[in-house]
Amino acid sequence: MSSTAGKSRTIKVDCLARVEGEGALFVKMKGDRVTDVKFTIYEPPRLFEAFLRGRHFSEVPDIVARICGICPIAYQMSAVHAIERALGVRIDPAIRMLRRLFYCGEWIESHALHIFMLHAPDFLGYPDAIQMARDYRGVVEQALRLKKIGNRIVTVMGGREIHPVSVAVGGFYRVPARSELSPLLEDLKWALDASLQSVRLVAGFEFPDFEQPYEFVALSHPDEYPFNEGRLASNKGLDIDVAEYEEHFLEQHVKHSNALQSVLRARGSYMVGPLARFNLNFARLPEVAQQAARDSGLSVPCNNPFRSIIVRAVELVFACWEAIRVIEAYEPPAAPRAAISMHAGTGCAVTEAPRGLLYHRYRIDDEGLVQFAKIVPPTSQNQKRMEEDLWQFVPQLATRPTDEVTWKCEQALRNYDPCISCATHFLRVHIERE
Amino acid sequence: MNSNGRKKPKIAVFKFASCDGCQLSLLDAEDELLAVAGVVEIAYFPEASRSMAKGPYDVGLVEGSITTHHDAERIQQVRRQCHKLVTIGACATAGGIQALRNSRDIDEFIRVVYATPQYISTLKLSTPIAEHVPVDFELRGCPINKAQLIELISATLAGRKPNIPTYSVCMECKRRANVCIAVAEGIACLGPVTQAGCGAICPSFNRGCYGCYGPMESPNTASLVEQFRILGQSDPQIARAFRGFNAWAWQFRKASEECERHE
Repeated sequence: MSSTAGKSRTIKVDCLARVEGEGALFVKMKGDRVTDVKFTIYEPPRLFEAFLRGRHFSEVPDIVARICGICPIAYQMSAVHAIERALGVRIDPAIRMLRRLFYCGEWIESHALHIFMLHAPDFLGYPDAIQMARDYRGVVEQALRLKKIGNRIVTVMGGREIHPVSVAVGGFYRVPARSELSPLLEDLKWALDASLQSVRLVAGFEFPDFEQPYEFVALSHPDEYPFNEGRLASNKGLDIDVAEYEEHFLEQHVKHSNALQSVLRARGSYMVGPLARFNLNFARLPEVAQQAARDSGLSVPCNNPFRSIIVRAVELVFACWEAIRVIEAYEPPAAPRAAISMHAGTGCAVTEAPRGLLYHRYRIDDEGLVQFAKIVPPTSQNQKRMEEDLWQFVPQLATRPTDEVTWKCEQALRNYDPCISCATHFLRVHIERE
Repeated sequence: MNSNGRKKPKIAVFKFASCDGCQLSLLDAEDELLAVAGVVEIAYFPEASRSMAKGPYDVGLVEGSITTHHDAERIQQVRRQCHKLVTIGACATAGGIQALRNSRDIDEFIRVVYATPQYISTLKLSTPIAEHVPVDFELRGCPINKAQLIELISATLAGRKPNIPTYSVCMECKRRANVCIAVAEGIACLGPVTQAGCGAICPSFNRGCYGCYGPMESPNTASLVEQFRILGQSDPQIARAFRGFNAWAWQFRKASEECERHE
């Protein structure tokens, strides 16, 4: 019998590390029972939806990028697609492909960062990737090079890695010439190989025996692994047009958090992100990514959130493969962006940020000024499910020392690659054992 | 310890209201990161590590603006722990995009975003770090330029002034041999009043500079406003142009307020 049996304890993490933004975790236990879990986002509110009102639609992609320094492209993509729907703008097929390539760059950069610098140290027992590099120098160097290749795509297409400047409603301010993209191919072929190695490496980590009956929600497209288009689907029967999002999802404001929590009106919490995309869209992955998943022991459905690190690596394989495909087939569009005829309108869009789906809706007046904006980031959507994971996971840890419980709780949250600045437009960990 | 047996200087990274992009620039310095980690001790950097060493620190890098009572107190503690304190990015240096609340009704703003406004605690103003504590250097940009960040860290540790130019974006356009988009195409561009550092990327992408590095050393905003009017921009349009990521920097604030009065 462990000394912790029957005792009450509080597990607190005041500043959750290796996540984007500021959040805290508070878990209260009595013996092996969990009596309270609170996931607090204390990141200060920044009130984007309020100050977007009165801005011209053309300014929106640059402003919303600043919600998140890790996934600015996701914000730009959801914004332009929503505004294009509001204004009835049709984009050139070549622009559509360039936007997929741009998103590949962000997925490669963000997934390489999360897999190796934020999540892998938990599995290998290091506080961070820099300490990890003392024993795994080659792995960290390879991760940095992968990350850099993702950033390179973004820089070539958008001028800089963070808050790129090229995205415009209707297309881009400037599109790359073939000769600017083709030099990326050699690096991307290396990156595809490094991604396959990454899948093998992370598949060898030890995973807690933990599965949950998740409702996975992601975009689903008949022909492609989703970025910007498709219907909203789940493994529990959801199959709706993006325009119906707000009829099916509800944002709740809870006292302990500066982020709104999103739930499915019919069934409560749900999960978005790589695991959801993988489970719903496995058949649309290219064969090389499917084979890497099968070889690593992944099968659909995967209900163990700790294995999301393998899924992220499989998505790295996909993103490198897709980037190569787009570049090899690239023919520049006739014009960098579509002409826009101004009229009032409302439009919404969902795109797949690296950490899950991102919903935007705008109402625009006949002068092109935003009258209303609504943004639902992935971490708001995962937040309730993250708390529920802890309710279910912590009892497994009841006999373990508090330090270990704390670390495992952090790791369970990092499964979601939470992006807290996004969620507040969230994490401190407190574990209380009385 | 480093190879000559001296203690490595301790660096800490603190976050206030921000998007995390500026501190991410340190992790985005893929070619330099392991080398930097070899010569300094990254003692406190929660975004990258769960090991958080206590202060004091030799250099504190501060990202984000002050928007809550709690943060207004925390920055005082941070200042006491840091021998040198430098701010990184437009939020820490000018209040950031969230300073757009400063000229508006904050209670109305919170009601727009949150169903239960009484759960939210925030200040009326989003303010730069230097309005709260003495700051040793302010690095501009939304986001910062990672090469300037490495230069700033190196210079601060060496005790010299960082080589960060304060001239305008126009100089960088000239160096890139860009044709001036304002002159040649009549595109409204904030380049003449904005500090260099980005590498003039917006004009290189066929669009006007949107001022994300903030005002240059001595910006002639009045003259640029006149030029914008000649290009056919309305006063509300010009006011919005100055109300971006450095809206609370006083030179840009003054320009936008004048355009508003002129409407």
